[in-house]
Amino acid sequence: MSIINQLSEPILLLSGIDVGVHYYWNFGEISVHGQVFIVIWFVISLLLLVSLRGTSKMEKIPHDSQNFVEYFFEYTNSIAKDQIGEELYKPWVPFISTLFFFILGCNWAGALIPWKLIELPEGELAAPTNDINTTIALSLLVSSSYFYGGFKQKGIGYFKRYISPTPVLLPINILEDFTKPLSLSFRLFGNILADELTVSVLTILVPLIVPLPIMGLGIFASGIQAIIFSTLAAAYIGESVADHH
Amino acid sequence: MDSLISAASVIAAGLSVGLAAIGPGIGQGTAAGAAVEGIARQPDSEGPIRGTLLLSLAFMEALTIYGLVVALSLLFANPFTS
Repeated sequence: MSIINQLSEPILLLSGIDVGVHYYWNFGEISVHGQVFIVIWFVISLLLLVSLRGTSKMEKIPHDSQNFVEYFFEYTNSIAKDQIGEELYKPWVPFISTLFFFILGCNWAGALIPWKLIELPEGELAAPTNDINTTIALSLLVSSSYFYGGFKQKGIGYFKRYISPTPVLLPINILEDFTKPLSLSFRLFGNILADELTVSVLTILVPLIVPLPIMGLGIFASGIQAIIFSTLAAAYIGESVADHH
Repeated sequence: MDSLISAASVIAAGLSVGLAAIGPGIGQGTAAGAAVEGIARQPDSEGPIRGTLLLSLAFMEALTIYGLVVALSLLFANPFTS
């Protein structure tokens, strides 16, 4: 990366590439990535604001903000319903919706807001989902919740899943519990990081106009990734709570 | 950084994206071709076909992205150099 840095020293003011550089906050022994937290707090407060505005004055005939919130809620509701099934989906709607809105908010916050204008001592503000810690935390939440859902639904009979259809498949079934969160987190992380890197590299090469279509593609792909993450989370939960008889 | 390790890492990074792009490329082509055929046969069902196509394309895309993650970790967070 130092080659690119040397080539384009003045243009780096517009768009540098900082991969693996973080703005550390130290709490005693632990150090955390501050730039991720700042953007996450921003996204959380934005989501809270929108949902509070949409649900504060509920009316029979919805107006502006309530209409907006209801439209999105119906969408995430249908994701949960399609994947988990008519009878059991109700308790999981909040979880799936939260995942969807949080990931969508994080991805679009990185793509739409010019964070470059805010200077940090180290690193840069970007989408929180291009830090692998965020995506791994989200996917571990998904795995623990499908374990919880399965146990709550079937009790100890949940473990029958590991030896079905035959006990020969036991290692593969156990392995699956590890590959699910791995692929979930890497998919989200890689896609968002790839989007941001493509835009940064193109901006270094041609700063005007040319990156715009790629930015549009990035926004589209970010939305798709949010849908995929929540759909897969719902599918995993549905698979573990479903009755097979 | 040891020059041999960095040279090997750069080559491996290039290969990992390039090789990871082959399979998903073929798969995406097949999927898109089948979707076009489906739309040509039944133009009414264009909406659902497009939705399913986009979702499955994103899944295939993820395979290449895994290669990209390996390449990026070789370039920026190489575990073999201190």
